[in-house]
Amino acid sequence: MIEIKIGTATCGNAAGAQKTLEKFQILSKENNNILISETGCIGMCYQEPIVEIFASGKKFLYANVDEKVAEKIFTDHVVHNNPVPENLIAETENEYQFNKQKRIVLRNTGIINPEKLEEYIARGGYEGLKKSLAMTPADVVKVVTDSGLRGRGGAGFSTGMKWKFASDSKNDKKYVICNADEGDPGAFMDRSVLEGDPHAVIEGILICGYAIGANEGYVYCRAEYPLAIKRLLEAIKQAEEKNLLGKNILGTNFSFELHIKEGAGAFVCGEETALMASIEGKRGMPRLRPPFPAVSGLWAKPTNINNVETLACVSYILANGAESFNKYGTEKSKGTKVFALAGKIKNGGLVEVPMGISLKEVIFEIGGGIKDNKKFKAVQMGGPSGGCIPESLINTPVDYESLMATGAIVGSGGMVVVDEDTCMVDVARYFLNFTQTESCGKCTFCRIGTKRMLEILTRICDGKGEDSDVEKLLDLANKVKNASLCGLGQTAPNPILTTLKYFKDEYIAHIRDKKCPAGVCTALIRFDINDKCIGCGACKRACPVAAITGTVKQKHILVQDLCIKCGSCYNVCKFSAVDKG
Amino acid sequence: METNKAKLDQILKEYSGIKGALIPILQKTQESFGYLSQESMGYIANSLKMSAADIYGVATFYTQFRFTPVGKYVIKVCHGTACHVGGIKILDAMLESKLDIKPGETTKDGLFSIQQVACLGCCSLAPVVMISDKTYGKLTNDKLGKIIDQYYTAEKEGKTL
Repeated sequence: MIEIKIGTATCGNAAGAQKTLEKFQILSKENNNILISETGCIGMCYQEPIVEIFASGKKFLYANVDEKVAEKIFTDHVVHNNPVPENLIAETENEYQFNKQKRIVLRNTGIINPEKLEEYIARGGYEGLKKSLAMTPADVVKVVTDSGLRGRGGAGFSTGMKWKFASDSKNDKKYVICNADEGDPGAFMDRSVLEGDPHAVIEGILICGYAIGANEGYVYCRAEYPLAIKRLLEAIKQAEEKNLLGKNILGTNFSFELHIKEGAGAFVCGEETALMASIEGKRGMPRLRPPFPAVSGLWAKPTNINNVETLACVSYILANGAESFNKYGTEKSKGTKVFALAGKIKNGGLVEVPMGISLKEVIFEIGGGIKDNKKFKAVQMGGPSGGCIPESLINTPVDYESLMATGAIVGSGGMVVVDEDTCMVDVARYFLNFTQTESCGKCTFCRIGTKRMLEILTRICDGKGEDSDVEKLLDLANKVKNASLCGLGQTAPNPILTTLKYFKDEYIAHIRDKKCPAGVCTALIRFDINDKCIGCGACKRACPVAAITGTVKQKHILVQDLCIKCGSCYNVCKFSAVDKG
Repeated sequence: METNKAKLDQILKEYSGIKGALIPILQKTQESFGYLSQESMGYIANSLKMSAADIYGVATFYTQFRFTPVGKYVIKVCHGTACHVGGIKILDAMLESKLDIKPGETTKDGLFSIQQVACLGCCSLAPVVMISDKTYGKLTNDKLGKIIDQYYTAEKEGKTL
């Protein structure tokens, strides 16, 4: 029997995995000796579509498998047992080894078929639940506390302590909520876990329910993740059939009911009190704490909220013991953390590393460095709530305290790497535009302050900045930080504060010299065609708005009024005939 | 409106007695009709014994809900960080000029609507665009242009992609 596994998470599908899957299905139609199955994302998104061949006791991992490559792999490898070296990236009899990585959260993603419960169980799934049910709830809380696990959603609060508060609340009804409203642009680990290993999260929810004394729970998942929702629904159905969910789980007195709530597109609903309001069917606006959700949460009942990654850690910790987790990491930041590498990085995708390794190791050794061998400028960490870390701080260890000291945060774990072609003022404006749009409008400073900061940043990018603007930004930033109720407002100024701290010269260049050093801000750059033009027409074809005119073999002309300054002509010209200035 | 009522009744029945069901009801309504019309929100308000203003307040809070009809295919253009630094603005400009509409609008033939969205979560394949439920990554102007043409071709042949 030969098994062909195709990675069909959203990232794989976006790269064409469905076509690869169909190709293999057609090719193996008449062959009963071939089993085709699907799996989640193994984390190497830059190599998608990824296909694994399981033959003669060995696993072969193939990258960039389009329909043509699929055909070659099928003929050469599957039929004639000759592996295809051009696309082969790994070959092993055991587990795959990932350079410097330790996979706890991602232990099964890209390996098992997420729609098959038996594959999760075969790799030790639901052992954590079984062990928990044999313990007292207080002992389960103790294991989680001992593991040192801290919330992976952003704030980094001790998970064990959070559970303790919820379990100490006396009430006949309690809830567990899994926060899968992964809203930070640039973070996609929760999507990947839900699509690739949904049972790991469901098991974590059940353990939490048992530990705090809850019998009902919700997964609040954003609507932009249709595949994650589909896989979760399927997983819930399977778990119910096997008595892992529902009444008297595994013959014990513990019963649990799990629902899925689809988000409706509001970033602020990642905040726990806003999320609960949204589940209740209201506008998702945060409220004052205390009372904390552990005392009065969903429908005024004690509620515990954890993020997807946290709950996937929990199922591992209960199966393998606190020790198996806290042996990794630093003194205050235990275990591993998943980071989503994106932006101008060579090997973009998901990586899971022990806390405490340096940013340099993550970006250059695991991530392979910067695309097209450009120069590293900064890494933006923690999405709109985070900040930009410059090259001078590249040796900073990735743990909660060290990153906080730079002005950025671990946050949800998004790492967007930017190079010399990225304008830091534009990046700050991008994030402010995001938080300003997503502000729910409850607190005046967040509602109006973000708007005013965005206006200032926009005018700086348009070349209309004034000398006093930097001071105004700092003043507003501090007020918004201090006078907002929830995390959204309190952290919204971070991208401005960190870019001002580390890249002030770029602000000054925009304001005083009316120049964008990275050549991004369209009002401050222009393109012209010079005399080197031989009239090949490449720029004319590349221009998305037909702003270039001219006949073949004659110098072309760029009509400035139509130009949107996208740089397509500049990138496509092979004769240095387009000037950027 | 008669058929609409029947459909709405069916949706309302499915969620009757369930706590906090307003948002799923609105989602199902939008799924059925493509958008939330004033009539359907009014009808839901009556059935749930809530004020129409409350329902409108909830609906306008969330970006998912639309109050005007959309095209057959909704093009969701990702404006996540990775797509932003990866040049999504160029694709925006191309789409707007090719389809002759702005984000939030629908083409005259009713085929396409453009919607700008926050992160779609395929950051390593930036820039990314989603058409209906299909995700397309590592896009260039040229590639996206050809994809749009495929939809036009399918439409001419009377197919739905």
